Amino acid sequence: MEPNFQDVWVYLSASPLTALTATLVAYLIGDWIYQRSGKQPILNPVLIAVCLITLILWITGIDYWTYFEGAQFVHFLLGPATVALAIPVSALIRSLKGSYRAIAIALFCGSVTAAGSAIVIAELLNASMQTVLSLAPKSVTTPIAMGIAERLGGLPSLTAVCVIMTGIIGAVIGPYILNAAKITHWDARGFAMGVAAHGIGTARAIQINKQAGAFASLAIGLNGLATAAMIPIAFALWQWVSGG
Amino acid sequence: MLGSITVLLLFQLLGEIIARAFDLAIPGPVIGLFLLIVILLRRSEIPKQLDETATGLLSHLSLLFVPAGVGVIAHLALLGNEWQAILGSLIGSTALTVLVTGWVLQKLHKGHRDGA
Repeated sequence: MEPNFQDVWVYLSASPLTALTATLVAYLIGDWIYQRSGKQPILNPVLIAVCLITLILWITGIDYWTYFEGAQFVHFLLGPATVALAIPVSALIRSLKGSYRAIAIALFCGSVTAAGSAIVIAELLNASMQTVLSLAPKSVTTPIAMGIAERLGGLPSLTAVCVIMTGIIGAVIGPYILNAAKITHWDARGFAMGVAAHGIGTARAIQINKQAGAFASLAIGLNGLATAAMIPIAFALWQWVSGG
Repeated sequence: MLGSITVLLLFQLLGEIIARAFDLAIPGPVIGLFLLIVILLRRSEIPKQLDETATGLLSHLSLLFVPAGVGVIAHLALLGNEWQAILGSLIGSTALTVLVTGWVLQKLHKGHRDGA
């Protein structure tokens, strides 16, 4: 009997099993390449996996939502993983003993730079008002960023795209910048990655050094709260100044 | 392991309930994260099992962003004709933020250590 490839294909293209397996295989390939390259930041495993899966979807003509049906089992784990950040962060808070002031100042400078420079550069490059508003919360973890954009009058779905792109950009270029600027302390390196590139930057920091990972986890939570509080105040002030 | 996964899910659920009940802009898992930090800080030490599960889950945190990352490619059309401005702003601003945050914290830590 001839094997029925048509039926097999119909099953494979619609089954969550295929999308889930493809996600894990693509990530393992990405991680393998990254490890083999001597951990070159440009060969970020997430970046490689995303490119591989995009290529597969493009070749097979499977649409993103069919893929996401299966991949959502991986995506779902982001929730419990976020809660799990409580373990390294509480261990870190215990060991901090009085350097809260340094953390608070670095957080303030980082949050203001993240939102402020995104707005200024986008304005200089003639982006529309709605795009500027969508870009402002780009360094904050996705759900908080979408909430902020919505309240400001930006486009939450555009914000979600910008947030993920920021994470990947930060994970790729962050280590080069930290090396070039001779920022060598693991706590400063981790905190910078968390403030600038939220979860994706943190995931990267955790893989490199446990201490850096704990500081990065602390940074995501703090930056989310700080930005949620500061951006609306800053915009109200700006409108008041420019509106006379 | 099952016990500690349940703890994480319970805190996430509690966070989601609080976020919805009070209509907060903060996402449920982040509220769950803060509640668990508060509870853990009140204990004398972190339960070993919870520590192991969290370390295991977090060592594969990168993997969890892959589905959303693929979504970005699917939604590239949203960037429209402003993609140069958006990309320029994202790269420039992310680079500046890494630099400023890392530099400030390292400087302050050094000052603290040298002074002490």
